[in-house]
Amino acid sequence: MSRLQQILAWLSGLLCAVSLGMALAAGDAPALLLLFLTIGTFSLLRFRRPFPYGFDGVMLLLGAIGLLLTLPVYAVEPPFFWLSLLATWSFAWLFVERLSQAIRQGRLSEKLFGLVIPVVFGLVLLFVWEAVTRGANVPQVLLPAPSQIWDRLLNSIPTLVADFQQTFLKAVLAGYAMGCIAGFAVAVLVDRSPFLERGLLPIGNFVSALPIIGIAPIMVMWFGFDWQSKAAVVVAMTFFPMLVNTVAGLKAASVMERDLMRTYAAGYWQTLWKLRLPAAAPFIFNALKINSTLALIGAIVAEFFGTPIVGMGFRISTEVGRLNIDLVWAEIAVAAVAGSAFYGVIALIERAITFWHPSVRGGRT
Amino acid sequence: MGRMFEGKTLPVLIVLGAILAFWYAAAIWMNAPWQEQLNSRANLENVPFTEFVMQTWDQAKPLLPAPHQVLSEIWTATIGTDIASKRSLAYHASITLSATLMGFALGTLLGIGLAVVIVHNDASNRSLMPWIIASQTVPILAVAPMVVVGLGAVGVTGLLPKALISMYLSFFPVVVGMVKGLRTPESIQLDLMRTYSATSWQVFSVLRWPASVPFLFASMKVGIAISLIGAVVGELSNSAGGGLGVRLLTGSYNGQTIQIWAALLLAAVLAAVLVIAVGGAEKLVNRAMGARA
Repeated sequence: MSRLQQILAWLSGLLCAVSLGMALAAGDAPALLLLFLTIGTFSLLRFRRPFPYGFDGVMLLLGAIGLLLTLPVYAVEPPFFWLSLLATWSFAWLFVERLSQAIRQGRLSEKLFGLVIPVVFGLVLLFVWEAVTRGANVPQVLLPAPSQIWDRLLNSIPTLVADFQQTFLKAVLAGYAMGCIAGFAVAVLVDRSPFLERGLLPIGNFVSALPIIGIAPIMVMWFGFDWQSKAAVVVAMTFFPMLVNTVAGLKAASVMERDLMRTYAAGYWQTLWKLRLPAAAPFIFNALKINSTLALIGAIVAEFFGTPIVGMGFRISTEVGRLNIDLVWAEIAVAAVAGSAFYGVIALIERAITFWHPSVRGGRT
Repeated sequence: MGRMFEGKTLPVLIVLGAILAFWYAAAIWMNAPWQEQLNSRANLENVPFTEFVMQTWDQAKPLLPAPHQVLSEIWTATIGTDIASKRSLAYHASITLSATLMGFALGTLLGIGLAVVIVHNDASNRSLMPWIIASQTVPILAVAPMVVVGLGAVGVTGLLPKALISMYLSFFPVVVGMVKGLRTPESIQLDLMRTYSATSWQVFSVLRWPASVPFLFASMKVGIAISLIGAVVGELSNSAGGGLGVRLLTGSYNGQTIQIWAALLLAAVLAAVLVIAVGGAEKLVNRAMGARA
């Protein structure tokens, strides 16, 4: 065992021992928590004979369930609750630590268990969030518990679906398509004139760093309250990354390859279509991926400046004002899933189209 | 003259000039309908075209203000107004700037700290990295109102909530860049350090840290730009606190387009100055570290 693992093992065992004593003294602790604490105390025996890493995983599960069952028992959580939470956390850490060690030594498959670790981490984080917010009675306006958010999500599906339609299906997709196509078209045009390219590229790079999102109030004045103004903001936000990346990508084909095309007597369009665009594809997809996130941010923030009474940004800003923070979190969860899915779809298309690229063939993007 | 055509200065100036000309033309076209209404109400008939153009560039609440209107608004609102007054744009810009810088500093420190942990501990690399990358695809800015109002409800107001949003936005590029940077030393170099029997602190301070500096500055340029965006968006939810975001918001409520454009232009200038400042710091550090230009 490494030094860190030893510390964690001592920590978890001793924490369990102390809180076992306190829980027995209190007398009304749930049986499952007592079971967890007892086994946890005996886990100190691992210094005489090592336990398999699966043991720490089971302990993590046992501790988490035991603590969740303890939550409703007390009005104010006793000290041993928090000590047990710490013990569960250190079991989790130890588990992940040992799992990653086993992967590094080649005893476990990288593909399967490389995925298990982040999932375990995410679940533990969710559990700690739940335990702390409910255990310490954190004000709901500051941070609602995940279970509360989930309940709220299930109860307000019609609202969330309507907001999703308004913001994502109308504003984001329309703006994204227009912005990306316009950026791409301008890039292809600019590429023909080196003079224009030298003039436009520094400006494009510069504008990419600006807070373009601030044009939202202007767009609302020009295009009205509905989704068109949000789409306009998205167009402005996605245009420049696409322009800059496509221009860079069109330079990616080497002189040798272009000379080869010339020996084939290929015209400009043939060279563009058969050589330079495929070579630019990784750059273009990079812009598409960057823009997928920017588009969602742009549409949501633009809605802070005025909308019809539907839309994700509208819901977030008004429900925050009414202190319905759990609904806001539900909306953010929807936005997060939508954003990740959008990104994921583009990444999948990228893999299918740029299958020849080393980053795809190597199995990593 | 030939060299000017070779370089970037002249093309950039020409493109900027074209944008400016287009802007003035668009101002005529967009403000014309309203100006016609104004003139017919005032019973002005047969206004000569040049005078009409001047009128469209001189409205109080134009649909699209002409560049000189925006500039003169910036001038009167910064130089021409007392800097402590709430009407001063400089006052609002300084609020935004301080939130940006505070958030940027916190975010950079947090990012570097996380990157160091991730590089040195395999378990945290495996558990944190996928989530950090996945979080890039999430519209984080949407949490801004919640952070401001939530913290406001428990009594934390002012700079800190906005700085937290900026921090949250700016630490991602720093983590990703620094993890890459701290890993750039190749195994040959790491092996050399081992033959010197260097401690892990020495490996970090002599090899890994200097190798990661270029990545740090590249990330910081991205980070400071989005810090500013975070601060501006954070201000939208607390209109009492002041800042460029508040100017945008009140301008949009009152239809003060010139005020919106002035705040927007000032935010753009601020972003440019900040990015250039980071770039300047990069050059200084590179020179001090003996990098070849």
